[in-house]
Amino acid sequence: MSERKGFFTDTSVCIGCKACEVACKEWNQVPADPQGLTGNSYDNSGELGANRWRHVAFIEQKVSVGVEEAPPESFAREAARQSLVSDGLDPHEDADGFRWLMSSDVCKHCTEAGCLDACPTGALFRTEFGTVVVQPDICNGCGYCVVSCPFGVIDQREGDGRVWKCTMCYDRLKDDMEPACAQACPTDSIQFGDLDELRERAARRVERLHERGREEARLYGDSEDDGVGGFGAFFLLLDEPETYRLPPDPVVPTRRTPEVWAAALGAAAVLAGGVAASFLRGRR
Amino acid sequence: MGSNMAEAHPVGFQWVVEARERGAKVIHVDPRFTRTSALADLHVPIRAGSDIAFLGGIVNYILENGREFREYVQAYTNARTIISDDFRDTEDLDGIFSGLDREGRKYERESWQYKGMDVGASAGEREYGEAEGEQAHGAHGGELEQGEPPREDETLQDPRCVFQLLKKHYARYTPEMVERICGVPRAQFLDVAEALCANSGRERTSAFCYAVGWTQHTVGVQYIRTAAIVQLLLGNIGRPGGGIMALRGHASIQGSTDIPTLFNILPGYLPMPHAHEETGLDVYVERNAPPTGFWGNTRAYMVSLLKAWWGTAAQYENDFCFDYLPRIDKDHSHYRTVADMEDNKLRGYFVMGENPAVGSANSKLQRLALAKLQWLVVRDLDEIETASFWHDAPEIETGELVTEDIATEVFLMPAASHTEKDGSFTNTQRLLQWHHKAVEPEGDCRSELWFMYHLGRRIRERLASSERERDRPILDLTWDYPTVGPTEEPDAEAVLAEIGGFDAECEPLADYLPLRDDGSTTCGCWIYAGCYADGVNQTARRKPGREQSWVAPEWAWAWPMNRRILYNRASADPEGRPWSERKKYVWWDAAAGEWTGEDVPDFTPDKAPDYVPPEDATAQQALRGDEPFIMQGDGRAWLFAPSGVVDGPLPTHYEPAESPFENPLYGQRANPVREEYRRRDNPLNPTGREAGSDAYPFVVTTYRLTEHHTAGGMSRTLPFLAELQPEFFCEVSPELARERGLEHGGWATIVSARTAIEARVMVTERMKPLRVDGRVVHQVGLPYHWGNRGISTGDSANDLFPFALDPNVHIQEVKAATCDVRPGRRPRGPELPEFVRNYREQAG
Repeated sequence: MSERKGFFTDTSVCIGCKACEVACKEWNQVPADPQGLTGNSYDNSGELGANRWRHVAFIEQKVSVGVEEAPPESFAREAARQSLVSDGLDPHEDADGFRWLMSSDVCKHCTEAGCLDACPTGALFRTEFGTVVVQPDICNGCGYCVVSCPFGVIDQREGDGRVWKCTMCYDRLKDDMEPACAQACPTDSIQFGDLDELRERAARRVERLHERGREEARLYGDSEDDGVGGFGAFFLLLDEPETYRLPPDPVVPTRRTPEVWAAALGAAAVLAGGVAASFLRGRR
Repeated sequence: MGSNMAEAHPVGFQWVVEARERGAKVIHVDPRFTRTSALADLHVPIRAGSDIAFLGGIVNYILENGREFREYVQAYTNARTIISDDFRDTEDLDGIFSGLDREGRKYERESWQYKGMDVGASAGEREYGEAEGEQAHGAHGGELEQGEPPREDETLQDPRCVFQLLKKHYARYTPEMVERICGVPRAQFLDVAEALCANSGRERTSAFCYAVGWTQHTVGVQYIRTAAIVQLLLGNIGRPGGGIMALRGHASIQGSTDIPTLFNILPGYLPMPHAHEETGLDVYVERNAPPTGFWGNTRAYMVSLLKAWWGTAAQYENDFCFDYLPRIDKDHSHYRTVADMEDNKLRGYFVMGENPAVGSANSKLQRLALAKLQWLVVRDLDEIETASFWHDAPEIETGELVTEDIATEVFLMPAASHTEKDGSFTNTQRLLQWHHKAVEPEGDCRSELWFMYHLGRRIRERLASSERERDRPILDLTWDYPTVGPTEEPDAEAVLAEIGGFDAECEPLADYLPLRDDGSTTCGCWIYAGCYADGVNQTARRKPGREQSWVAPEWAWAWPMNRRILYNRASADPEGRPWSERKKYVWWDAAAGEWTGEDVPDFTPDKAPDYVPPEDATAQQALRGDEPFIMQGDGRAWLFAPSGVVDGPLPTHYEPAESPFENPLYGQRANPVREEYRRRDNPLNPTGREAGSDAYPFVVTTYRLTEHHTAGGMSRTLPFLAELQPEFFCEVSPELARERGLEHGGWATIVSARTAIEARVMVTERMKPLRVDGRVVHQVGLPYHWGNRGISTGDSANDLFPFALDPNVHIQEVKAATCDVRPGRRPRGPELPEFVRNYREQAG
């Protein structure tokens, strides 16, 4: 088995060009899925789904002056401060700063993958690269995996019935090529490689950003202690995960399987006891 | 500034991101908060069309506070040169320079000259002069007379020296004035000015990146001139990390000026000869080759070009076929041509790699004009709007065009895309990069090279038996490119080799220095000489950066002479020593007696820093060893441009042709020599204090989105791109939305005197109202990609804009104009022109 492969998506250098979305669709022959103009900033593709395996989120945000988010020596803060003290020529109601977050989302390829656990046919499998892939020729479209994904990533394709999601370009990996999205990314916001190495790189990156006063930088999905045993595709975010419409504390449903079984067994025992009791009563 | 680099040049922007990661500060000055601003350390919202005031403010800040790189300015610029006593500045004449011919809308430029002499421009503009066909004074044959060097004041104190004139010219561009004109709070402006100064000097350098946000104005050339002045004062030219990056609009737009698709220059920026009188090669050279500097070799460049084109037919006896070159008789730029087309003065038209029915200003007039042609050839990937106008232009719906009445015969030729052909791209930093064909083009799709070659071949076959004199230029052409494959595709490398040039032994040239004026050398573009050195396609080199020096000379090939930074002699001090260890780049090696360093030195290799030219020296030999700007007749960079720019020797803030404001600096509101087409089909909005200007109260600007490509011919047709930006929209601030009742996601109608268009509304805090000249002004943003064809369709933003042009390069002003915005969709059919007419009438 090869080293486990993964993505490290560093949103602090994402320029929202969507080259990842297009490259993914081109390589994987994912159908177009026009949503029309959504009015949600520059995001016109909505969310990950059967027809969208990479998705760039756009978040327009006002940031208050003086909060920790602005690095102490930054131009933005200084300019904002100065425009506050200048003689009120700024017609804006306040002199708040502004930022525009962009982030390319993708299947997390969880260590404990709910979709994989739920698949009754074996269509979903874990590859030699540690990624989770659907085999479309086996998938029967039962949809159990769809409700088992804590991120809402895996999705049934309309008119087809089967489920589709990011394969981390399994075919390219087998040919020793990096996934299409990572190759297309002009600023290296999407980095592909050995997961262990990516985690080290990401930790160093966060440290560096903190040193430069960007305290808001944080990793999402890099810890094996989380509810899915760590992501195979993790992120550096500049705000809470909820801001990016990501679950703050995702848990794989099968984590609760023992409890569920115990409860079920308990219930069965009670039920069995009741039945027995009724028989006993009947005999009397 | 003037660029949304992250969105329009995302691949190049990776280097900005990397520089920022290494500690560079990125400042974005732009009317809108864009994806570039998102990655910048500071975004400064500015009123569209006011950048000269902002940059002029920086010039003033530098000079007022003594922040210039004094040694650099003194040694390498024309700061010390004394200007003619006849020169009058805009400060003296309330916004105009001496020499204005108001009626002719042009400047006579004698008074702008160096005292006691006449200086030639460095490139392109000399021969052409004015549109009417007159030679521009001072724009040709710079008489840098020997034995009479320019009068100078090394102390920079003389009131008539450039340095003092500059100081006076910009003295009123104070932070308060910047705030008043640009809408930038003075504190924020001072932040930018100080950051730039602090990051310049011996140890550090700063760079400017601009794109069409600077050029597409009626004072576009002067925008860039102002940046050049800032960069020269700070010593940021010819040094690593410095410079002014012109981000070009398409792949190889740089290439299409080097080997021009323009009407007034020949390859390598040689001026196009003029038809105003009988002239031969001698007169051309006399007019266009200043005796000093590298342009002194103009004859060698021209003769080598003529030899490349006409081969053995070009001989000393016949002036090397100089007479075969077409002559220009007047302005033949894009907008003049379209106006002529509409006026029935043009029969046929070729459109290649362009979609003017969407991409040009007043695109409605473009479409109407196409219907006046006898024939039209369009080569493109799809049936773009320029090819389909006769059956589905918006004017069909309004009744202004009727298909049955259009006599234009349209030839739509399917084009091969860049992946389907070999060739080179020349990009913004003059880098020629070869691309190889990946797949064969489908069906009848062919490359431009194939089309032009076979068109030429067929024309020559038709004319083969002709004995007419006028057919000789075509029949004598060297038109013998080898072809490959079943489609007989010409070998693109053979064309590159011809451009790169050959010596007398038919060996490929190593560079342009061996070019001769005796007909022994051939070269299709003198600045490209050496791109095929040693018979190797130098542009196809792809050695990774990590395997070579940080300058990466073995990645592709840069003109001229594979030099990565122009004028890099300026990276060393007058004695030839690097200005600092940190910024060392090219320096004088006294022991070896030559210039050396990281890059190919941009200087005569063995010319010592203390070289003083003998009295009779010409061309580059006439420049001193401490004069790095070798294309200029005086070897210095021009803070003050005595020639080469038709609208003033110093950049001056003028309001856009259409603006809601008067000019707070001068009585002269807009560029006095801007080109405006005042005609029925190109009405202009009332502006400034004019009656009715309040009918068009908002500033409007156009731009591009990452998801689409220019006029959309390559992107609106592709499902994966169309779905990412599916509809035409306008960006407005919440304040403007409130003021005009615009609903986010709803529709807005945007109106100018030309027409009205509709767009979906994007209300966003990325758009910010600004306080300009005492009142709040709103700006409206319009991406210009849309037209009526393709998967993603919409009205064309360019329909709104007038033919109002920069007088130097005839580029349209689409980055700043005025408009009105109202909620809801626009009227349909014949009601649309009626609606626009009513608007105009109400405005007066």
